[in-house]
Amino acid sequence: MIDRRSRLRRFVEVELPIALIVAFALGPYVWMVMTSIKPEAEIGTFPPSYIPREATFVHYETLAARTSFLGNLMNSLIVALGAVAVGLGVSVPAAYAFSRFRFRARNPLLVGFLVINMVPVVLLIIPLFVLMRQLGLLDTFVGIVMGHATFAIPFSVWMMTSYFNALPRELDEAATVDGASRLQAIRLVILPLAMPGIVTTGIYIFVTSWNEYLFAMMLSGQNVRTVTVALQSFIGEFSIQWGLLTAGGTLVAIPATVLFLIIQRRLVGGLTSGAVKS
Amino acid sequence: MRSRPVEPLLFLLPALLVTAAVILYPALQTVWLGLHSFVLFDPDSMRFVGLGNFSAIVADELFWISLSNSVIWVVCAVGLQFALGLVTALLLNQTFAGRSLARALVVVPWALPSVIIGLMWTWMYDLNLGVFNDLLMRVGLIDAPVAWLAQPGTALAAVILALVWQGFPFFAVMILAGLQTIPSEHYEAAAMDGASRWQTLRFVTLPALREVIATALLLRTIWVANSLDVILVMTGGGPGYETHTLPLYAFLKAYSAMEFGYASALSLVLTLLLLGAVAFYVRRVARQALA
Repeated sequence: MIDRRSRLRRFVEVELPIALIVAFALGPYVWMVMTSIKPEAEIGTFPPSYIPREATFVHYETLAARTSFLGNLMNSLIVALGAVAVGLGVSVPAAYAFSRFRFRARNPLLVGFLVINMVPVVLLIIPLFVLMRQLGLLDTFVGIVMGHATFAIPFSVWMMTSYFNALPRELDEAATVDGASRLQAIRLVILPLAMPGIVTTGIYIFVTSWNEYLFAMMLSGQNVRTVTVALQSFIGEFSIQWGLLTAGGTLVAIPATVLFLIIQRRLVGGLTSGAVKS
Repeated sequence: MRSRPVEPLLFLLPALLVTAAVILYPALQTVWLGLHSFVLFDPDSMRFVGLGNFSAIVADELFWISLSNSVIWVVCAVGLQFALGLVTALLLNQTFAGRSLARALVVVPWALPSVIIGLMWTWMYDLNLGVFNDLLMRVGLIDAPVAWLAQPGTALAAVILALVWQGFPFFAVMILAGLQTIPSEHYEAAAMDGASRWQTLRFVTLPALREVIATALLLRTIWVANSLDVILVMTGGGPGYETHTLPLYAFLKAYSAMEFGYASALSLVLTLLLLGAVAFYVRRVARQALA
């Protein structure tokens, strides 16, 4: 009897509220995916059907055949990979220096990278547009990747510094004692050990760049339009064809979700050290 | 490892150069642009106006509307994200079947692009076909469909709800990580003293989470105050100026009106207003990380 009562209490106090919160967290996502596989006629009914009466991939086919969406996906992939390359390429050496060297400008520079992570996007986006226009880099991959470097670099510097700090310095010293130069010690000892951190940081940059909208919209035109910009423009262009829009949304959301779930546990350390922007 | 001062510089150089080019130079240029009247695509229009833009801002009714919307936006969105995140974290810290699955699933909104968030919520809020109206009509809260995003009085609240949805997992994850660092002896001692669950929460759990909560609140306040993409996608600032916030107003001034000088001045004002929160946050993190 007591057992059943505490069982009921547990259900009301823990399991039911958790179920509601998970439903709240997943509801909009599930609703988008469900809309994307309903036929047009079913989408246009009110009250809506909560379980699709009929499943179809017609919106996905239309998206692929009649719109630029596949090309936009490709553009987003290139931009995100570019952001990862620039972000990691310049930040990994910098983070190594912050972790292993002691020099006068170290703390001010580290704090500097933290501060620029907090700079409002609007503050940068206006002059970057002017700058890219002067350099002829509007509507190019390089221009958008540089825009995304504004958040990729400060984030990776902090994230990678905390990963390098977690590797004992005795490792570098042991390698040097064995006759390795500093660069050899980095290549053969430090980088392999830091790989999980590099991968986590890289995936986070990828997802953030893939998801980014404002820089991509401001700095792109017809040529290198990314998926987020394309999807937003579809809202006007296809006068709210929700089947098409939700199909596109699903295709963009799935890779971001999967990648994010892979790294989310390892992100928490970086979160508390202040590296994550959003 | 003591080293020659040139060695760290070589490692830092690429990061410093790129940062100078894409962040430092543009930020300084914003200051310079903010002192000019500059309408893009009209090269002759670049004119030095000193602090003219700033005195225009003070007299600009739309600036004050945007500022007051921004305050509502930040207080409500961050407050509700925090409240829901705290409850979620406390629940996820209990033992129950499927806990690790629930922990993973709750994080999903955080992973999504703002455009998709705007799109899925706009679809749910739809006047004619939206599931939101249907659910509320079924439980009897409203009698007829409501145009949530199109009518004054509900538009800002509707966008805030979407942002709460996006942001509460961040608080849940941060607070959960903090909860797991509280030693179980503290709870045992509280139980021994006969503390009720409320008392335990009030006097053991929350004080132990103070640092984590303060850092999370600061970070989130800065981020929400700067964010404009979800609003831009969902309402574009409308209806009227109902959902104009400060960063959105600055952005629209540049993007739609092409008034780059005035927009730069607006974004400088936003930056100055946020400086206090940024200073607090940076001090906290620097104290922990550089100790």
